[in-house]
Amino acid sequence: MTANGAADVFLLDGEPIPFAPGQTVMQAALAAGHYIPHLCFHHDFKPHGSCKVCTVRVDGATTASCTLPAQAGMSVECKADDLEENRRTLVQMLFVEGNHFCPSCEKSGNCLLQAVAYDLGVLDADLDYFFPSRPLDASHPDLLLDFNRCILCELCVRASAEVDGKHVFALSGRGIGKHLIVNAESGRLVDTTVAVTDKAVDVCPVGVIIRKRVGFAVPIGRRRFDARPVSAQALEDAPRRAPPEAAP
Amino acid sequence: MVDAAPPSPNVARLDAVVAAHGARATELVQILRDAQALDGWLPPATITYLAHRLRLPRARVEGVAGFYAFLHLTPAGRYRVLFSDNVTDRMAGSLDLLDRLCTSLWIERGKVSEDGLVSVDTTSCTGMGDQAPAILVNGRAIPRMTPERVDAVAELIRAQVDLCEWPADLFAVADNVHRRDVLLDAIVAPGDALRAAIARGAREPERAGSARSWREGVPALPQGPAATLEEIKRSNLRGRGGAGFTTGLKWEACRTAPGTTRYVVCNADEGEPGTFKDRVLLARHADLVLEGMTVCAYAIGATQGFVYLRGEYEYLAAPLRATIARRRAANLLGTSILGQRGFDFDVVLHLGAGAYVCGEESALIESLEGKRGVPRNRPPYPVTHGYLQQPTVVNNVETFCAAALIALNGGDWYRGLGTPRSTGTKLLCVSGDCARPGIYEYPFGTTVRQVLADCGAERTQAVQVSGPSGTCIGAAEFGRKLAFEDLPTAGAFMVFDDTRDMFEVARNFAHFFAHESCGFCTPCRVGTTLLRNVMDKIHGMRGSQHDVDRIRRLNRLLQASSHCGLGHTACNPLLDTLKRFRPAYERRLQSLDFEPAFDLDGALARARAMTGRDDASAHLAEVDEDASAVAGRGQP
Repeated sequence: MTANGAADVFLLDGEPIPFAPGQTVMQAALAAGHYIPHLCFHHDFKPHGSCKVCTVRVDGATTASCTLPAQAGMSVECKADDLEENRRTLVQMLFVEGNHFCPSCEKSGNCLLQAVAYDLGVLDADLDYFFPSRPLDASHPDLLLDFNRCILCELCVRASAEVDGKHVFALSGRGIGKHLIVNAESGRLVDTTVAVTDKAVDVCPVGVIIRKRVGFAVPIGRRRFDARPVSAQALEDAPRRAPPEAAP
Repeated sequence: MVDAAPPSPNVARLDAVVAAHGARATELVQILRDAQALDGWLPPATITYLAHRLRLPRARVEGVAGFYAFLHLTPAGRYRVLFSDNVTDRMAGSLDLLDRLCTSLWIERGKVSEDGLVSVDTTSCTGMGDQAPAILVNGRAIPRMTPERVDAVAELIRAQVDLCEWPADLFAVADNVHRRDVLLDAIVAPGDALRAAIARGAREPERAGSARSWREGVPALPQGPAATLEEIKRSNLRGRGGAGFTTGLKWEACRTAPGTTRYVVCNADEGEPGTFKDRVLLARHADLVLEGMTVCAYAIGATQGFVYLRGEYEYLAAPLRATIARRRAANLLGTSILGQRGFDFDVVLHLGAGAYVCGEESALIESLEGKRGVPRNRPPYPVTHGYLQQPTVVNNVETFCAAALIALNGGDWYRGLGTPRSTGTKLLCVSGDCARPGIYEYPFGTTVRQVLADCGAERTQAVQVSGPSGTCIGAAEFGRKLAFEDLPTAGAFMVFDDTRDMFEVARNFAHFFAHESCGFCTPCRVGTTLLRNVMDKIHGMRGSQHDVDRIRRLNRLLQASSHCGLGHTACNPLLDTLKRFRPAYERRLQSLDFEPAFDLDGALARARAMTGRDDASAHLAEVDEDASAVAGRGQP
């Protein structure tokens, strides 16, 4: 709050956004009903800013909005042609880096990567595919790990450590060889303490952590993002706060 | 969540390693290095046991080990030979020598021999640019490789001679200092700069009102530490690691930041290809480096220091530790340094394990804390939230040397050297096509042409200033000055004569960045690999204008959205060479239009063979022409 009692605000594409101390631009924007495209951000976890899809411009400098502390009076540009173009390329990069076959994927329609891609108008990969070789881990009786679809958002890593208290998932490797690992000497999920009820299982935004025996229970076409674009639904998920009262 | 301890034949030896590091999780990179020395790699049971002993999740330990190029999660051979793969090594024939060694040992590059004896591969620049080509054997540097030395190495490996019994002359590293100025000429007895700093405070009048302890971080006026800080600020010294941040401001920000403990970190992770000055400073002037760190500790009130030495310079670790011990014995480190009550400061040496990105200060701090070397989100900056979230100064080796000289001779003396915006001198690491590669110290403001003349470079086509992340200039720009206001440099100065193919230089650097990207952010992780692939495609004579445009588009993305400087600068060598040496690209481009990544018509060859057809319409180009001809006739 400022000295005169009014909420602190910053401008997002010219619109005033109120914010609480400690909030980042992304957190404040979502709370105020303004969508900024994102993949690795999740309202339950401390943002870390790796996917860079949420990159915005402030005073001529570009930066990830999920980790950018909101400051009174800052002017944030989110909807700009070059920023949108960069977002599309980043999403395309994630598609070519892994192996994503949406038509046969159990996550299709519930997949954040797919939803954000459609929302941004990404209709092809444009870049050359890497076609990496990433074996599945089907060792666990109730869960399947399909690393082909991993976008390295670290949400399962964060959820397992912070919510489940288990550290089932971690990252290893470096650069384009960075990859998800599980907490077992065998390297297999069955030898970890993971449970189907874990937050880490629930939080995967793409089709890496898949529950067995429930595949396609809801047909493609009637799934979450088949109904409405992610830009509308992300706002419903975010902890909301009342929009600032309109000036008289 | 801690895993149960498994049985392991190595338990006693691993216990000794863990105990030597106080079982501290912050020492994880050091512990993994030492544990690997036992078997030459880190078997799964070793990872599990270390995780158990350090009370860390096993996956976390594996994730850290998996980050560093010199730590192996799969067997890598009893002898692990790595050829430095900077472009200057290649120019000196490194690839032929690598082939010679592989042939001699009957092995395939990148694969361990079937008996588990040896592997041979490449690694990023090992900091021996003036004595290229260089190799590392189990982390030990061997410069000046020749066919004879390759054969000698092959024989020693075949005979399974223990590395410590190899002939000493193999490991001899030359300093090759060819031009000295105030830094390399300085004769400073250990402690002189510190005594000067302490005396400078004593000369100033005491002010009772602000006589709080300097340890409290209050900028209390003219006592010793504050007076020392004033001299550093007056000198206008700027960081020598490349970014050029004003050292005095960094120290002051750290001094005034709230915190319980302050840290001084010497960044000796000299990873920028073509740079080797810190190696020479640490070999010849280790006391001056440590003196500068201690001066910094005095000025900011730090109690703990670290030297983060790149793994490639492991051979310098023992002498450095000896210097640290000697200074401790002389009361130049430890408690009540030089009899000053409350002036307590000590230094610990940490070794890297093969990760260029750890030269970025926040990634370096992560590595010091025993984690993957991933740059942090900033702000907050290390000066307020550094090692263990405490105020931390990270400076380059050369910066600390300069700081020691300033403490001794004063800020006014130093600002009289160089140019107004780039005070003092700079060490250059000259390598490539010249008669006298090595270290050259010049005042800032020296022209590129002057350096080329002094090092005996002839018919020079280009100079890569400050390494791949710096600037590549052509002959028209040799009048430019080496200074922050014109050509900023961290030291690398790679010379290319007119026989060199500048496209191949850029391609080598593209491979370097792809190899060294930490992988944290999407644009750099995927973008550096896309750049590498584009350069390989053009190299294979399959590139087109479309690929050149792709480089420019990737550059815009990496500039706008990368997490740290590695991604921001990864396109520099490509754009610089495109701008100045465009024909090197153009003569490789297939057409000036689009060319797909694979040969579509070629892919149809098998179908043609199976159907017994080879007529015009069974070929892609002809089909396209037919289609456009049809369109031309106005049919639907």
